[in-house]
Amino acid sequence: MPNTPVLRLCGITKYFGPLAANDDISLTLNAGEMLALLGENGAGKTTLMSILFGHYVADSGTVEVQGEALPPGSPRAALTAGVGMVHQHFTLAGNMTVLENIMLGTEPLWGFRRNSARARAKLGALMERFQLRVDPFAMVRGLSVGERQRVEILKVLYRDARILILDEPTAVLTPQESDHLFATLRELVNQGVSVIFITHKLREVMAASDRCVVLRHGRVVLETSTKATSAEELAKAMVGASIPQATRTPHPHGEEVLFLDRVNASAPDRGASLNELTLSVRAHEILGIAGVSGNGQALLADLLSGLVAPAGGNIVLRGQTVNHLTPAAMIRAGVGRVPDDRTGTGLVADMTVMENLSTEIYRLPGFSKRGMLNFKALASRAAQLMDVFDIRCAGPDAPVRKLSGGNMQKLILGRVLSQGPHLILANQPTWGLDVGATAAVHQHLLDAARRGAGVILISEDLDELFQLSDRIQVMYQGRLSAPQDTSVDRARLGLMMSGQTFDHRGAA
Amino acid sequence: MDILSLFLETGFWLAMVRMATPLIFGTMGELICERAGVLNLGIEGIMAAGCMSGWTWVFLGGTLWGGVLFAACVGAALGLLHAVFTVHLGLSQHVTGLGITMLGVSLSSFVFRMVLPQVTTPPKIVPFAPLDIPVLSTLPFIGPVLFSQTALTLLAFILVGVTAYVLLRTPLGLALRMVGENPLAAEAQGLSVLGLRTGAVMVGSAFMAVGGAFLTLAAFDAFYIGMVNGRGWICIALVVFSSWKPGKALLGALLFAAFDAIQMRVQQQSISAIPYQFYLMLPYLCSILALITMSRKAAYPKALLVPFRKGER
Repeated sequence: MPNTPVLRLCGITKYFGPLAANDDISLTLNAGEMLALLGENGAGKTTLMSILFGHYVADSGTVEVQGEALPPGSPRAALTAGVGMVHQHFTLAGNMTVLENIMLGTEPLWGFRRNSARARAKLGALMERFQLRVDPFAMVRGLSVGERQRVEILKVLYRDARILILDEPTAVLTPQESDHLFATLRELVNQGVSVIFITHKLREVMAASDRCVVLRHGRVVLETSTKATSAEELAKAMVGASIPQATRTPHPHGEEVLFLDRVNASAPDRGASLNELTLSVRAHEILGIAGVSGNGQALLADLLSGLVAPAGGNIVLRGQTVNHLTPAAMIRAGVGRVPDDRTGTGLVADMTVMENLSTEIYRLPGFSKRGMLNFKALASRAAQLMDVFDIRCAGPDAPVRKLSGGNMQKLILGRVLSQGPHLILANQPTWGLDVGATAAVHQHLLDAARRGAGVILISEDLDELFQLSDRIQVMYQGRLSAPQDTSVDRARLGLMMSGQTFDHRGAA
Repeated sequence: MDILSLFLETGFWLAMVRMATPLIFGTMGELICERAGVLNLGIEGIMAAGCMSGWTWVFLGGTLWGGVLFAACVGAALGLLHAVFTVHLGLSQHVTGLGITMLGVSLSSFVFRMVLPQVTTPPKIVPFAPLDIPVLSTLPFIGPVLFSQTALTLLAFILVGVTAYVLLRTPLGLALRMVGENPLAAEAQGLSVLGLRTGAVMVGSAFMAVGGAFLTLAAFDAFYIGMVNGRGWICIALVVFSSWKPGKALLGALLFAAFDAIQMRVQQQSISAIPYQFYLMLPYLCSILALITMSRKAAYPKALLVPFRKGER
């Protein structure tokens, strides 16, 4: 029966230091309902769900499941009460089988023997009932991301959970896998399970949820039935003001700045190897590379950064064939890189904003003299970039690790764009950024293209690709499709991303 | 002197199994700790402490089995110390482990001196006698090699089977392995990561200490300072060699002991063409070579050395 509350959060407050991650949040989940929990990064969505599941202890407030208060800080109690959580970063052990991962913790610890046969029978029945198929004896490390998520959901169902919480479940899925996931969730809801999913993708909220709750700065700012609202209203509630969307103004393309001619490359631990990659980017053009991560995008980025040498084919950079380049030579040749791993390869997190802004220029005349750094020049340069690119931080001496993801990305963009690059390689530039920072990054990339740079935009987000790109190529298992016009059907592109109807010679 | 004829001697095999015993205990202990995600470099000191405490118990009038039990308790206590620092406080496992080793080694010398202030020759105890099991001990070859050892050696072999069974077949073993692979996953399934790791380190350390006690209560009848002599470090290498699998660890311990036994025989027989230090070095050289060839593709526990702090990502 609808409108029976199965879960009630009352006045949840949680401080991390002086910051209120959750400020007096109250929330109700009804039986057989699909609730979307929306908010920007840092709005407190994951914190709230972690409190509910017992990973964190709230400073004040109570959690009630089926009318019974839940003891704080105990995942075990949450599990026993029928609450199951699918974490954004899957909590599976790769070196163990699916069955072992699912069985863990479901039997008394001091039992003499694990009853695998019974577990398998129960799991088989669940797979049948919810149409979630995985090989129980497969090692988890060999599974695809979509399959891992299925294991996570099965793990929760195996424990007879009545309330399912999913933290950004579609972040790692292809559009088709996402559709399948929501079909599964709908089936669960029909069979009486209540679902909360965390997201910042408005499209999913509108398509899948019954009701939605928007968080901003740790507070509930909007709670409404999905039918009664619109994507615009939700976006406004999330951000607190309407954000102007960056829009593309077509510009005649200039000379070719990069041409890859049937380039092959491979590197261990970098996912798929590149197979006969052909692409061309011209000045004023943004070329989108779509695809689910792990299909060779990392290797393509490494290749264009000079970190990996091609095994075959030609790389032509502004008319010159350059097949043996180092990262330093690539920078001198005017290639600006925006890496996907901001704190890994993009920035040195423990060094200051000024030092990070100086990494590509400190050898230039004016910034160093006879091997000595000119700190005055570097500092004034840093101050100028912080101003122009709106990098918000305590000052040029603040360590980069204290910056938010958005400000880190603006720092990287400032470093790259101030060099007036001919080619910009942006790999997942808005990954994990909130709406405001995303809009800023988009505007910077569009401005750079307008000024005459060629941009390669590697992204998993189709909305972003359609919004910014002039042409889109799909990457699948190290191969690139033929360039697609942005008028191409979204569903078609999604199918290509999953490898179906993929024709790399691109007769499509 | 013919190496081949050595392998036909029952005495050689007997020596090999005897010398492998402390290594089996130590390796099982280390393996349990590491499977739960905690490197225990305190092993050398814990074995020394077991060596001394087991012997002292018997010297002061306790029974032999009482000595083994006491050594295990001392080992578990040192293991608890290691766990408090590395599991609960999340400090560096390397530094803490080395500290425990120094503490264990020097504390055992210190306590030994306190118990026996003035002696020139170390006093002796009556150690474990070789077993005499009806039927089994009279079997040709197998009888003397396996069943006429001391009870502790037999216990070591049983321990390998029990460890393997618990790790692979019981819910507890699954939980332990999960804690060493992905502690967050274990916590999300309602398990206590800190409790499981603490337990694993204490039990593992107890095994190590029993391995030390074997040296003074069965292999020999007196305690010397420096008696463990690097066996703990060998156990650490053996765990890597075994790719964290109990069966392969047993094999590795026997293999290393075989090298050691060969070394002792050859050393006695050879004429001075090659300095004896060369033979002393041989087992270690062989274990380095074995490590290089065997463990390059080893799948180590993913959360080894990673402290787990609740409420942090």
